Amino acid sequence: MRDGTIVIAGASLAGLRGAEALRANGFTGRLVVVGDEPHPPYDRPPLSKHVLTGEIPPGATTLPGVGALRAEWRLGTPALGLDRDGRALHLADGGRVAFDRLLIATGARARPWPMPGEARLAGVHTLRSRDDATALAAGLAARPGRVLILGAGFIGCEAASSIRALGLPVTVVDPAPAPLAGALGSVIGGFVAGRMEAAGVDVRLGARVTHLEGDRAVRRARLEGGGTIEADLVVVALGAVRNTGWLAGAGLDADEGGLSCDGACRALDAAGRPVPGIFAAGDVARFPHPLYGNRPVALEHWGNAVAQAAHAARAMLDGPDSVEPYGELPAFWSSQFGLNIKSLGLTEGADAVAIVQGSPRTGRFLAVYGRAGRTVAAVSVNAGRWLPAYEGPIRDGALFPPITGGADQPRPEPMPPGLPAHEAA
Amino acid sequence: MTDAPDGTLFATARDPANRADPYPLYARLRAHPVARQDDGTWVASGHAAIRALLHDPRVSSEDLPPAEHPPTGNPVKDWIVNPLKDWITDRHRPFIFRDPPDHGTLRRQVMGQFTIARVRGMKRRTESLVAECLDRCAGRRTFDLVDDLAYPLPVTVICDLLGVPREDEPRFHAWATQLATALEPESRHDEELRARNTETFDAIAAYMRDLIREKRRAPADDLLSGLATAKDGQAGRMSDPDLVATAILLLIAGHETTVNLITNGMLTLLRHPAEFARLRADPERAPRVIEELLRYEPPVHFRTRLTRAPIPVAGTVIPEGAPLVLLFAAGNRDPARFPHPDRFDPDREDNQHFGFGGALHYCVGAPLARIEAEAALTALAARLSAPRLAEDPPPYRPGASLRGPKRLLLHIDGIG
Repeated sequence: MRDGTIVIAGASLAGLRGAEALRANGFTGRLVVVGDEPHPPYDRPPLSKHVLTGEIPPGATTLPGVGALRAEWRLGTPALGLDRDGRALHLADGGRVAFDRLLIATGARARPWPMPGEARLAGVHTLRSRDDATALAAGLAARPGRVLILGAGFIGCEAASSIRALGLPVTVVDPAPAPLAGALGSVIGGFVAGRMEAAGVDVRLGARVTHLEGDRAVRRARLEGGGTIEADLVVVALGAVRNTGWLAGAGLDADEGGLSCDGACRALDAAGRPVPGIFAAGDVARFPHPLYGNRPVALEHWGNAVAQAAHAARAMLDGPDSVEPYGELPAFWSSQFGLNIKSLGLTEGADAVAIVQGSPRTGRFLAVYGRAGRTVAAVSVNAGRWLPAYEGPIRDGALFPPITGGADQPRPEPMPPGLPAHEAA
Repeated sequence: MTDAPDGTLFATARDPANRADPYPLYARLRAHPVARQDDGTWVASGHAAIRALLHDPRVSSEDLPPAEHPPTGNPVKDWIVNPLKDWITDRHRPFIFRDPPDHGTLRRQVMGQFTIARVRGMKRRTESLVAECLDRCAGRRTFDLVDDLAYPLPVTVICDLLGVPREDEPRFHAWATQLATALEPESRHDEELRARNTETFDAIAAYMRDLIREKRRAPADDLLSGLATAKDGQAGRMSDPDLVATAILLLIAGHETTVNLITNGMLTLLRHPAEFARLRADPERAPRVIEELLRYEPPVHFRTRLTRAPIPVAGTVIPEGAPLVLLFAAGNRDPARFPHPDRFDPDREDNQHFGFGGALHYCVGAPLARIEAEAALTALAARLSAPRLAEDPPPYRPGASLRGPKRLLLHIDGIG
């Protein structure tokens, strides 16, 4: 089917790549892209890095290729609802867009500070969208006396790195025992903590902020168990929530953790059956990963948005049976505090980690994660060129630790990775 | 797998008789992406296998045999001087023949010298050198691309970059040509060739030691001065024997590879006249053309390695201590990776070729090679009037790894 109307909900990276893949694979019909933000698709990774440090303006993050798609762009008009049986979207401007096939790529949004009154205080920011980054950069330009970052995940740590680079005092608070502990565990996270402290960040681990205080603007944060941190700018970096609220009532299996879909990217209904003509890709899509026992996962990775959107496009045009179950090896990168961190695979549920190349002492190393004796993930720190060797072992679930006897390889000493307890699927 | 691998294919592919077109033999090798040859060498020819092995820490670049001076009959030399030289040579191999962590320490210091300002300066310099070479040929109706442009250009560029005086270039020509033979597997077993290489190495090393002393006395804005006078920074500082080895490596790499990129490039473009015309009409296409040339006719066809441990790959296991060949030029034509791999198509997207190798040892000079090839090919397209190949295929130099024409005679109506 290469004609008719395809609607893409989400003018995101996944939405754009999906649209490009549809056209590249010969879709000649009407293409409508609906976006809640007024901006054409843009690239998010620079928002926590070069945009905050002022090296590139927020507007320079627009992704190329938008013009060549012969698509109708309905930007700044969020989708409010899905009429599944009537095969149409309801938009915020009162419009209704009918489709033959739909690609849902509405992504995720920053998880807000849970107390709405406090979240509205001036100087309290989140960091997810281009407008978020613009507002935060403006707040930083006013040279706040101290910046407090709530959450030491990737966004919190990258923001801390960028803001320290501006010479501003930064405090990071996280209840976990190490930064990045959720994704990398406290062993590797502990190494990053050392770099953060060396860069002058006040790192408060095992601590929790209960309230943000101030009259009109935020002035301080109150810590659990007493104590306060004075800060006139706060970045709430508590992770993301999938944008699925607009699907309420459509009978799809969707919640804050994502919209469930199958290996052909078809959305599933509440009974777990694929819904004809409705597909999902990118951050919003929760899919069974064949490399991890078909455990449902939703990935917030740049590469996943690109690959899954292309996969969905093929399934939309040639039918769900024409594609292998989607199983791209998860991969992401982060840069912070002079560290280039790259990851392959999923660390979730890993019970061991081993440094298999280089050494934290030299600032360059590669760590491999194992689960029940099998290799599940690898993370490189300032050693990205070593990482591709581990693709095969992760894909094959090779015995852990894989690849021994090479150059510059210490005798691997597996240890508990310090990951949060995993709820068995 | 159907048949057992043919253990003579790689030797046949290296036979000078097949130099002009080894690709059909590479295609046969790829039927077994990793295969043992009769001489005990393992050859990786599939793209996925090459990529995996390039990144594998069990694959070592320290595959050179120990240095060994042949006996001279002079006991002082044979028992003291030459063994000491060999000892130093073995411990201070250039970083192309080193593994982590030493490899990274040395390489980072060199990369630190490839500053944006220096590379930009080389771009301007390269463009004017190309113009000079072509101006010298004005009025000619026949033109040898190798002698008249593709050889002198990279030589001058690398000498400028390193800070080697121009008047010493001819000596380097001879030394570099000789030492480049060490990269061909045949040289490992040829005693006479090894003896000559040892002699050449001694000569070039002595020259470099003098030049480094001179750079320390009067530093200039060149790479060798930068390395020789580096402060003990984060990247550390090279010992003198490492500095000598690095300088020799850069000089040879700069001599023997870019010449092939330019010559193979022009040969390929003249075999695809429509692409040549498109480049002439639109010089902005040059980067695409060059990336595709690096895939289609790479300057370095293969590099050798040694396994430190058994490696399971592509359905087989390479044993420990095995000599290994990464046949980049075959991986570049792997139909499992590139649609229509034997088609020269500069519009190809997703062109992840091995034209500069890959992983830790990815070519340090890649930015420079791209600048030189772009300057040369765009100028040739713009200025040569009606170029035709005088002989096709042209005669090739002996190397099977550093593979390229010995000369490329062109008939032209003129030079604009």
